[in-house]
Amino acid sequence: MSKKIHKQIHQQDRRRTIKTLGVAAGVGLVSKYSPSLFPRAYAASEPIKIGAQFHRTGIGASYGRWYERTAAAAVKLINDEGGINGRPIELIVEDDGTDPKRGAEVVEKFATQHKVDVAYGTLFSHVVIGSSPRAGELKLPYIVVSEGHHVASGKLNRYVFQPGITDVKSQVISMAPWVAGNLGKKVTMIFPDFAFGHDHRDYFSTAIAQQGGEVLELIAIPPTETSFTRYFPRVPKDTEVLYHVMVGPGVLTFVKEMGQHFGSKRPEIFGFIDSLEAVDLATPQLEFLEGTYFWEGNPRYAQANQTEYDKFFRAAVGVDGNGASLSDPKDVSTYAHMFGCWETLFIIKQAMEACGYNSAADRPAFIEAMEALTTFEESRNHPQGSKVFNPQIHQSFGHQYISKVEGQRLNVVQKTSIEDGMYEPEGDYTKMAL
Amino acid sequence: MDFGPFLFLATLEGLVQAAVLCLIALGLSLVFGVMRVVNVAHGEFYMLGAVLAWWITGWFAGNPAIGFVAAIIIGPLLVGVIAYFVERLILRKVEYDPEATIVATIGILYIVQQLVLITFGPDARPVDTPFYFLIEFPWFGYSGYKLLVICAAIMLLLAVWYVITRTRLGLVMRATQYDRETAQNFGIAVNQVYAIVFATGAGLAAVAAVLIVPIQQAHYLMGRDPLLLSFIVVIIGGLGSIRGTLVAALIIGLSDGIISVFFSPTLAKMVSTLLVAMVLVFKPEGLFGSRSQL
Repeated sequence: MSKKIHKQIHQQDRRRTIKTLGVAAGVGLVSKYSPSLFPRAYAASEPIKIGAQFHRTGIGASYGRWYERTAAAAVKLINDEGGINGRPIELIVEDDGTDPKRGAEVVEKFATQHKVDVAYGTLFSHVVIGSSPRAGELKLPYIVVSEGHHVASGKLNRYVFQPGITDVKSQVISMAPWVAGNLGKKVTMIFPDFAFGHDHRDYFSTAIAQQGGEVLELIAIPPTETSFTRYFPRVPKDTEVLYHVMVGPGVLTFVKEMGQHFGSKRPEIFGFIDSLEAVDLATPQLEFLEGTYFWEGNPRYAQANQTEYDKFFRAAVGVDGNGASLSDPKDVSTYAHMFGCWETLFIIKQAMEACGYNSAADRPAFIEAMEALTTFEESRNHPQGSKVFNPQIHQSFGHQYISKVEGQRLNVVQKTSIEDGMYEPEGDYTKMAL
Repeated sequence: MDFGPFLFLATLEGLVQAAVLCLIALGLSLVFGVMRVVNVAHGEFYMLGAVLAWWITGWFAGNPAIGFVAAIIIGPLLVGVIAYFVERLILRKVEYDPEATIVATIGILYIVQQLVLITFGPDARPVDTPFYFLIEFPWFGYSGYKLLVICAAIMLLLAVWYVITRTRLGLVMRATQYDRETAQNFGIAVNQVYAIVFATGAGLAAVAAVLIVPIQQAHYLMGRDPLLLSFIVVIIGGLGSIRGTLVAALIIGLSDGIISVFFSPTLAKMVSTLLVAMVLVFKPEGLFGSRSQL
């Protein structure tokens, strides 16, 4: 009897053991093939890798420097507050040399060598246009802070987003009524001769025509140009408004030579701050800019009605009330653009947390989570202001600022509404296959 | 703008360009003429001059003219010293072999460029003009400093001409250029002459850069365009011919200035390149070059 009982107990033990083993094996299998069931236990210490493609060298280097600083500040804040889904962000920075070919190589490197979760990045439109197809082929989400209209045009692919900064088309549409109403209707445009400049040429020309204005002359200048005096004679005499936007290492020369050319008889001047990003307005020979106007994505000089968010953002990135580095007042930031890097990282965090992002296998879910976003409220994470995100064209629409040069600083005179810059979507990325 | 003032502005711009180009191309031509070395790194010595000018002017607060004067003296000297060592340590080691020197100078180009990128950074740095004086013509304003650039370049060119034609150093250089072996037989330290010529060539590019940097800013990639233009100039003028270099620089500088103003800078580059092609087809030795010396 006792023998029988003993046997029974033994059999039960065996069954239990086998059962336990089976469950354990099952759990092992399940956890191996669907890690999302056990996200915390599986990957709590693994960082989320974000590949940051920046212009460390080449003609966009001043933007690159500040993009990198802004991104680093946002990453620090996010990590201090627990990271994304409890995992820290690891930012892997690669230099694209402000070169489209190198840009595509960097995207490739992110995917195959660094094995990043998402790529994030750069400014110059030709680099984004050059890099995007590779990101699409590699099915690597590529979230840019580029300002050009290329993302919103619907001509890139489903993996490319621009949620942190408004595109040029929206910017110029929102400001054209103000330019026509306050400065004049006969406009001459000076712009860099590549994708970004062509966006200005095409969309501002249309926008000003809708306001009853006209563009008298279009002057395209190569972005690598170093001498500009030769271009100004083409500005027609009856120009009421000179519209300028310039990029590259020669921007300060461009603005100085504009001043020299017009002397004391200048037309009204409306420029994009791109022409003087990272340049101190108190530089000698820029005095003629007094009383002219600039577009700013985000006001470089702290305004009287500065929000607490802007204050926080400046302190976190290390920028003073004049938009210059706290450690070197001569190191002026690219304040009108770099907020986009800050905001984009918080948007990536938001989307990753919404889809419970865990590994590269969740990229399609991440794309869908990005496409589920609709608005961003003005907050610490969005210090430039609230935005409306259009998932069809992967583009955000926000407020724009028009500032007047007064006493060698920029004072905001007009803040456009989000609706001012809205336009009909030209494509629909959400219908593309993942 | 009316045609008259338009042409006037175009000519002024062309003259500034020509003046600077004369100095840069002269350096390139001198090095080739005497040493038979095609210095692909010439543009980087120009860039180095501009970057040093920014660095040196940073030492002096107050009146920008003081910093500028210091820069135009110290900058080219420093570049000359660097070039001297480059010549001693690299070109001499490859025995001035034409193919080897091209490869070597390409290497120097990248080394100088990347060293500047590492130490000086990728940003464009402005240098204040020594004085700011705006000439307001009835049709347009023009920087008085640009006129100074033209005058300074003319004076420097006269000085170089004087040294080459009227001094013992010039005589030695011309002798070496004419026939290296005979010069050596007459007791001329040809090796020393080479080093001095290479340093002078680089120094001339650096002087041009210091003159231009208050107009254009210092940037680590700024050596490309002048290199291309000076090659165009020396090919048209005849490699090694100083007279040819000056005439060609004037032609290219003026045509570049005028065509860029009236049409587009791209067309100007196309015309210059076409000129080079024509010269190479119909007069391969250049306008003033002689076959015997090549």
